[in-house]
Amino acid sequence: MAQLEEVSVDLYKHLVSERALTGETMLLNMGPQHPSTHGVLRLLLELDGEVIVNAIPDIGFLHTGIEKNMEAKTYLKAEVMSDRLDYMNTTGNNLAYCMAVEKLVDLDVPPRAQALRVVLTELQRIASHLVWIGTFGLDLAAMSMFLYAFREREQVLDIFELCSGQRMMTTFIRPGGLWRDVPVEFETAVRDFIKIFPKRIDEYETLLTKNPILMDRLLGIGKLDAATALQHGVTGPMLRASGVNWDLRKARPYMGYEQYEFDVPVRTEGDTYARYLIRVQEFRESLKIVEQALNKLPMGPVRSDNRKFVAPPRSEIGVSMEALIHHFKLWTEGFPAPKSSVYSAIESPRGELGVFLEGDGGPKPYRVHWRTPSFDNLSVVSKLAKGHLVADLVAILASTDIVLGDIDR
Amino acid sequence: MDNKLEPIVKALQEKFNVTYEEFRGEVHVFVTTEQIIEALMLLHDKFEFELLSALTAVDYFPQTLPRFHVIYQLSSLAKNVTVQLRVPVSGDQPKVPTATRVYANANWRERELLDMFGIEFEGHPDPRRILMPEGMDGHPLRKDFPLGYEEPQFTFNFEEIDLRKPYAKE
Repeated sequence: MAQLEEVSVDLYKHLVSERALTGETMLLNMGPQHPSTHGVLRLLLELDGEVIVNAIPDIGFLHTGIEKNMEAKTYLKAEVMSDRLDYMNTTGNNLAYCMAVEKLVDLDVPPRAQALRVVLTELQRIASHLVWIGTFGLDLAAMSMFLYAFREREQVLDIFELCSGQRMMTTFIRPGGLWRDVPVEFETAVRDFIKIFPKRIDEYETLLTKNPILMDRLLGIGKLDAATALQHGVTGPMLRASGVNWDLRKARPYMGYEQYEFDVPVRTEGDTYARYLIRVQEFRESLKIVEQALNKLPMGPVRSDNRKFVAPPRSEIGVSMEALIHHFKLWTEGFPAPKSSVYSAIESPRGELGVFLEGDGGPKPYRVHWRTPSFDNLSVVSKLAKGHLVADLVAILASTDIVLGDIDR
Repeated sequence: MDNKLEPIVKALQEKFNVTYEEFRGEVHVFVTTEQIIEALMLLHDKFEFELLSALTAVDYFPQTLPRFHVIYQLSSLAKNVTVQLRVPVSGDQPKVPTATRVYANANWRERELLDMFGIEFEGHPDPRRILMPEGMDGHPLRKDFPLGYEEPQFTFNFEEIDLRKPYAKE
């Protein structure tokens, strides 16, 4: 992150072409306050007329020091900060963190909790893609899309509110299971959504998919081939749009994803239009998973009964001295984790979301690192933008689906 | 150990005489700073580790030799395995050769380590800070860098704290 008043070409001399130094091409700031940079991303553009010669992303405006802050909290308390990373995928972040903690201390999750986690993260994927399709439309001058997408997103957030009392920062998934079981209204609410949503996706598609203005702006723009994508660590829908069939839900199934039947949409074009089509298809696949998980939702406890790591239910605290002691110990001192490290990753709406967690034998994580998908997905943008118009850069940025909270951490 | 991973670790052992640790099914291979680029190239070219999933570091302050571990988390899509390489780096003037020629996304991730830990990557094409402002002192994720906090101001000590508060005044 460079302080804006100090910026001179000197800092970027090795990144721009020689023509910028002579003034033949123009250097232009796009952002950090620009509506189509999806947050506080600054792009330094070197322009030859309206053609982009170089695009240099400058990030860090939303850096919150979450990795450092987590080191100062116990494993249970640090989780609250995970919501704030990628604010479009809060339950997904919770899941990634909890899976890392569970792997570090070797904790089992009961089947009901696993199935509910799948339902919640898939709903979150839909909500995240809804925000994406809304802002995508907004960037490409399809204003009404935003309103439709946020109407449906509200329904998903209402489901989260029903379970956890929170719409976005839920922290509903906890190490060892869930905070509590879902209320009785949960199933009807989700089924209502499953019933309505397929028709709504059709509506979106009639608005966008064959829209000639949209196709003109997307087809053949920002082409990314598979080899470059892998070289730059690109994952998620962006990688799948480039013809690589790689989805962690299929490749390394977690939380019982192997029980559910779903397809991984893959396209080979690698342009912005392919990325659009992949995400629209993912709406339908996520719905399939939610429906299956709901149909075979097992009964039983929603959190592990290993009291050394998971706090006892509230009802036990009033009648059992031991439960009270466990509750007190877990929330004041925390539990110790072994002196070693684990890396566990999930498929977030944007790609591989990994958590590197190292313990030092004490109750606080020694080091937490978030391998966030947007970070790598953004780093390839400068490559994609070269030779395109400024208006195309907006389309490229929209199709990468970056979340700045995810990048800057 | 995963039987797909066994020949890979064996090849690393034969070529670089490395040691490894295993924890919860993950394999952490220890390599030195001299070997790391060759090891990455071997894994990338011969064993199809196409993806550099994560590149991070851990600070073991006050221990100095080594103070840091630089961690390369590699994934192979073709074989569906992951392996972790750990490079111990000494505390004074930590230096590691850059991996940007093997994995392009190492570029930003190494900049992040330079920014957060002050680990220098030799031959890096763009050695600037990435998240923190240019010209900032210190490296926030080092263990000897204090976690900042704000003193709570009450009516009786508001002005006293306000005087020494580090925000810009006039």
